[in-house]
Amino acid sequence: MNRVSILQILSFFIYLFYQVLILQNVVLAHTAFCFLYVAYLLMLPVETPPLTLMGIGFLMGFAVDMFYESIGLHAFACVLIMYLRNFWLNSVTPQGGYDSNASPSLAMSGTQWFLIYAMPLVFVHHCALFFMEAGGFRMFGFTLWKAILSTLFTMVVILIAEFLFPGRRR
Amino acid sequence: MERLFIFLYQYRAFFTFLVLELFCAWLVVENNQYQGAKFYNSSNTVVASLNNVSQNIRDYFLLRDVNTSLAEENAQLRKQLEHDNQRLQILDDTVAIKDSVLITRFDFVSAKVVNNQVDRFKNFITLDKGNDAGLEPGMAVISSSGVVGKVKAVSSHYSVVTSLLNIDVMVSGLLKRTGHFGSIQWSGKDPDRINFMYIPRHVKPVVGDTVVTSGYSAVFPEGVMIGTVDEVSLRDEALWYELKVKLSQDFRKLAFVTIVKSQMKHEQDSIEQVVKEMEE
Repeated sequence: MNRVSILQILSFFIYLFYQVLILQNVVLAHTAFCFLYVAYLLMLPVETPPLTLMGIGFLMGFAVDMFYESIGLHAFACVLIMYLRNFWLNSVTPQGGYDSNASPSLAMSGTQWFLIYAMPLVFVHHCALFFMEAGGFRMFGFTLWKAILSTLFTMVVILIAEFLFPGRRR
Repeated sequence: MERLFIFLYQYRAFFTFLVLELFCAWLVVENNQYQGAKFYNSSNTVVASLNNVSQNIRDYFLLRDVNTSLAEENAQLRKQLEHDNQRLQILDDTVAIKDSVLITRFDFVSAKVVNNQVDRFKNFITLDKGNDAGLEPGMAVISSSGVVGKVKAVSSHYSVVTSLLNIDVMVSGLLKRTGHFGSIQWSGKDPDRINFMYIPRHVKPVVGDTVVTSGYSAVFPEGVMIGTVDEVSLRDEALWYELKVKLSQDFRKLAFVTIVKSQMKHEQDSIEQVVKEMEE
């Protein structure tokens, strides 16, 4: 149990409670939601093994679900992006590769790289979430619109958080 | 056999992924069943008490609105009480009411909203009353200005209510002016408005008509306000009107609700069940 993993566990709970106690009430125009807790999952260290990633994703999603009254939904979306994360990280490797023990954050490789890395994953997460919640593709247009707006909102909030606390979790 | 294990080990990430996703999907489907006592929801004590703290903070910002609506409700109730008293006076002189069960047909419990959602496709409300106050899954929840929902799960001190703003919920509604009934279902978009379906062509609903509960399901008392007709549309070849109803209860400002305990729900359900079985 070194210092880094204690910090990780601590920030797990900070992200979780910030999400369920504060951001749960923040919804713009009944369509744009903010799921900042995804940032925690995206910024886990690069060399975390895939099984651990999915385990943490499941735990985070399940905990959020308890508060959101939607058991299984967030867990499903989180496990999905945690599975895709390593493939995506490998295909967007920045020049010079990853340092050992680095976490894929804004401070590591700049805004542009971070957007390319985070945006698609956040979008996949939101799509999985909203389409499962709607119970299929009955309201395709509206659900997609919800997912797009929420992705933008979440990304803006993640960027703000990253600029406010740069490199805090490196 | 060994090859199989090596194969499984090689693709362990993918298989864990599959297992976890299937488990989540199973949870989602299981949770979609309309009713059921489940542990993993916000009626769970830890989650509910955290929500309680957060709601207590939010309450301060709503105090003014809550006060006004409570005062209005008080006035309304006092007026109704007076009204009923006078009517009873007259009734007492003429007939003696024999069946006391009919009078105490519905019992009411008041509860505070601990957590409330309006923006999702499937919205739920958490209340601070549970088993110990006599709540059970399936009971109706109303407020001073209209229908709110139906109790979904109950723990000892908290309960979770399926809000009327849930795309899976259907409630029987009545067009008060003409006496025709149809179904109320939310479209998932606007928390102020709800769809009213199956009103036949020959009826002439107009904007402003009142829609109330019909009492056919025995869950809701008869005549609880739902809202007023806001938009009337009829396609050329459609059998039914498409009506939009403006909800009388603003779900975003929900603070106190009333749970209706129907004493005769079991009786009505069981006799309907008997008829159904006879017909099969």
